[in-house]
This record gives sequence, C-alpha cells and structure tokens, in this order.
Amino acid sequence: MTTIADPKAPRAPRPGPGRRVTRGNVEMASWLFMRISGVVLVVLIFGHLFVNLVAGGGVKAIDFAFVAGKWASLGWQVWDLLMLWLAMIHGANGLRTIINDYAEKNATRLWLKVLLAASFVAVVVLGTLVIFTFDPCPAGAAAGTLPSFCPAP
Amino acid sequence: MTATLEPAASTAVGEVPTFQVTLKIARYIPSDAPAPAYGEPVPAGTARWDEFQLTVHGTDRVLDALHQVKWDLDGTLTFRRSCAHGVCGSDAMRINGRNRLACKTLLKDLDPSKPITIEPIKGLPVIKDLVVDMEPFFASYREIMPFLITGANEPTKERLQSQTQRDRFDDTTKCILCAACTTSCPVFWTDGQYFGPAAIVNAHRFIFDSRDEGGAQRLEILNDKEGAWRCRTTFNCTDACPRGIQVTKAIQEVKRAVITRTF
Ligand code: HEM
Ligand code: SF4
Ligand code: FES
Repeated sequence: MTTIADPKAPRAPRPGPGRRVTRGNVEMASWLFMRISGVVLVVLIFGHLFVNLVAGGGVKAIDFAFVAGKWASLGWQVWDLLMLWLAMIHGANGLRTIINDYAEKNATRLWLKVLLAASFVAVVVLGTLVIFTFDPCPAGAAAGTLPSFCPAP
Repeated sequence: MTATLEPAASTAVGEVPTFQVTLKIARYIPSDAPAPAYGEPVPAGTARWDEFQLTVHGTDRVLDALHQVKWDLDGTLTFRRSCAHGVCGSDAMRINGRNRLACKTLLKDLDPSKPITIEPIKGLPVIKDLVVDMEPFFASYREIMPFLITGANEPTKERLQSQTQRDRFDDTTKCILCAACTTSCPVFWTDGQYFGPAAIVNAHRFIFDSRDEGGAQRLEILNDKEGAWRCRTTFNCTDACPRGIQVTKAIQEVKRAVITRTF
C-alpha cells in the first residue's frame, strides 16, 4: 500500500466552472499574434544567426567593430528593433499564458503578471535605448577595435 | 509474455486461454464526516493503491477484471459503468496512464506481465475510488447550448439536409460524453476553468449543422479567455477519444470559424 502522490486528486468539488465571461476578441488577437509574430521571428532570428555566425568571417569575426558597424546602418537598427519587440511581446504573451495555466490563486496570478510586465518594460526600454543611442566610435578607444568609418582619434 | 487468443496445444478446442494479471487500483475512501453542502470543501479521505491478482481470459476487458474484483474479492471497490459496450460513456478511466473506456480495453492488449494501473480520470474531484464528480464537465457542456436552435416557425416536415451538409459535422455527432478527452488535456488539469475539448466538440456538432441557427452565439461563447483559444494543440484529446473523433481538428475548425467570422 502506497499513498497517491498527486495532490490535485481528490480535489474539493465545485458546483460548476463558475467562470467569468470574457467578451471581446483579445484572446483571439493574442492567439493570432503568436502565430504571425512566430512566422516573422523565424525570418528575423535565422537571418540574424546567419549574418552573425555564418556569413563573412563567421563567428570568429564578431567583435566590437562588427556590432558597431551593424548598428550604424538604419536597416540593422530596424531589424534588431523588430526582433527585440516581437520576441519580447511574443515571449511575454507566452509566459502570460503559462501563468494563467499554473497560478491557482488570484493573488499569485496578479503578482506574477506584475513581475512579468515589469521585466518586459525594463528589457524593452533598455534594448531600444541601446539600439538608438549606441555610439560606434567611443572616445578614447584603442584604434584597432573600432569600425573603419570612425574618424581617426 | 503476450497473451494471444490462439489456443495453446494443451487447451481443448474452442477453450479461451487464461492468464494472470495484477491490477493496481488507485483507491480513495471519503471521510466519514457528514458531507458539507455542495461546493464546500470536503474533509479529506484516505488515498492508497490496492493490488489484486486475478486469473482472466483472453477475451476479458479491464471492466471484466474490475467486476471480478468487486464481485469476488472486494465489494467496496467503486466505479461507474452502465452499458459495458462502449456506448454510454460511464467508465472512462486512466488505465496504464492513458484515458480509455474500461469496457473497450482488452487486458491482453495491455502487457499483463506488469501490473495494470487503474486511476480515476484526472482534473475532476474524486468522490470515491474511480468515481469522479462530473458536474464541472457537464456545466461546460450545458454552457455551449447542446441543442438545436432555430428561429423560424416549425416546418411541417423534417428539416432536410444533403449528404455533404451532414458530412460537415458527422464526426462530432459520435461523442458519448465520457470525458476521456477533457480529462486528458494538460490545460484542463492545471486550469479547471477551461471549457475543455468535449464542450468544444459538442459545440462543433451544432455550429456546423446547416439546420442550426445558433452558431454565432456558440462561437461567441467559445471566443472566451477559457474557450477555444486555451487549446494548445497537444492532441492528447484525439488520442484519448474512444470514439475516434478527430477532437483537435474539431477545435481547430471552431477557432478558424471564430477568426473568419471576425474578419
Ligand atoms: C523561431 C521563431 C518562433 C516561432 C515560429 C514561435 C512560435 C510560437 C507559437 C506558434 C506559439 C503558440 C503556441 C500555442 O499557443 O500553442 C508560441 C508560444 C510561445 N513562444 Fe514562441 N515562437 C518563436 C520564437 C520565440 C522566442 C524567441 C521566444 C522567447 C522570447 C518564444 C517564447 C514563447 C513562449 C514563452 C510561448 C508560450 C508557450 C506556451 O504556450 O506554452 N518564442 N511560439
Ligand atoms: S469527444 Fe470522445 S473522448 Fe471526448 S467526451 Fe466525446 S466520446 Fe469522450
Ligand atoms: S460502460 Fe458504457 S461506455 Fe463503458
């Protein structure tokens, strides 16, 4: 005789689902967004991986100059910004789903979502700032580590 | 050892071979305290595993083995069954970790060399042993309005339908409300508020019926936080359905109908 491990069963009976009706198309929009952003992310992520790790000098060519050179062009700024925002909204929305799955108490659910929203805002704001305020030619850097377009120090 | 139906050399012609099985059954004995009002927390009972050694025939199903336990060995074992032939949907249970009907599962197909585990279906409150409280399941079923909704006056003859129109929803008419699908769904295990596959299957049965006019209402009901969008396409439901209904496909068709209705 062993005891049954699953604490979920038996569970206190409930008279019915007693769920609150949620109107509107928010969940549909979220579901569609996961699929559409997923398709776009495939292109962005694999494009990113290919350009950074395979094309040109490959993975060994990544250094400050390489990154600075990329972020000096508007095209890569837009690419990376889109990748950051889509991955963050996609990932945060996915985690929201998982929190809805596993949080049993309303308070737990609320706090986990507050934590999620806070980390989302922090990463997106910092990431966006970095992409747009990045200085490819910082003063006082050793000449050999900078991209070729920097003025000679 | 795999038992087969071919008579061994020593058995008489026509005699069904027998073999030994061990059933490992999850027991739950509710507390003796007086039952509280429905919906109030129930005082915890005791849970344990019981094992039974049986001699069974090659033609026996898990239900026959459960009968043997209840009738000959331990009369306190509690489980639901009614038709014993896969039509009433009473005896869905978790057998060797998979949801199946005890009356449709042959013991010889289950590897009798190891103990056969039998548990109640997951995610619904256990009342006693293998009997669960089906009320949350049926509450979701009622919510999708599982009946014909028409607007106009009653016709004087039957409502006609072409074969193609019937084929559109034929698969989902086969549901016997056994709850095997809903209680195999990991989303339902963790989020008991989810409508669940069975409710969506039975909504599908009317949404795609050309005679029914309540489709838009049902799609609206399932366009909910706990509705069709909760499905993560795990396919557990399709694997569990003893009627072979393409459950996940039906859910997907409902999702698509909500989207095409909106755009
Ligand atoms: C490579 C491109 C990607 C594709 C094609 C993709 C696709 C998807 C799809 C379709 C879903 C919805 C699953 C469902 O509802 O059943 C999903 C969920 C999810 N995705 Fe992505 N995704 C990609 C990249 C990412 C990235 C970069 C992250 C992290 C930042 C991420 C995190 C998540 C999370 C956390 C979920 C929720 C999982 C769940 O519902 O259990 N995905 N993804
Ligand atoms: S769809 Fe299949 S598994 Fe689900 S309740 Fe109906 S018969 Fe049972
Ligand atoms: S007893 Fe009726 S379906 Fe198994």
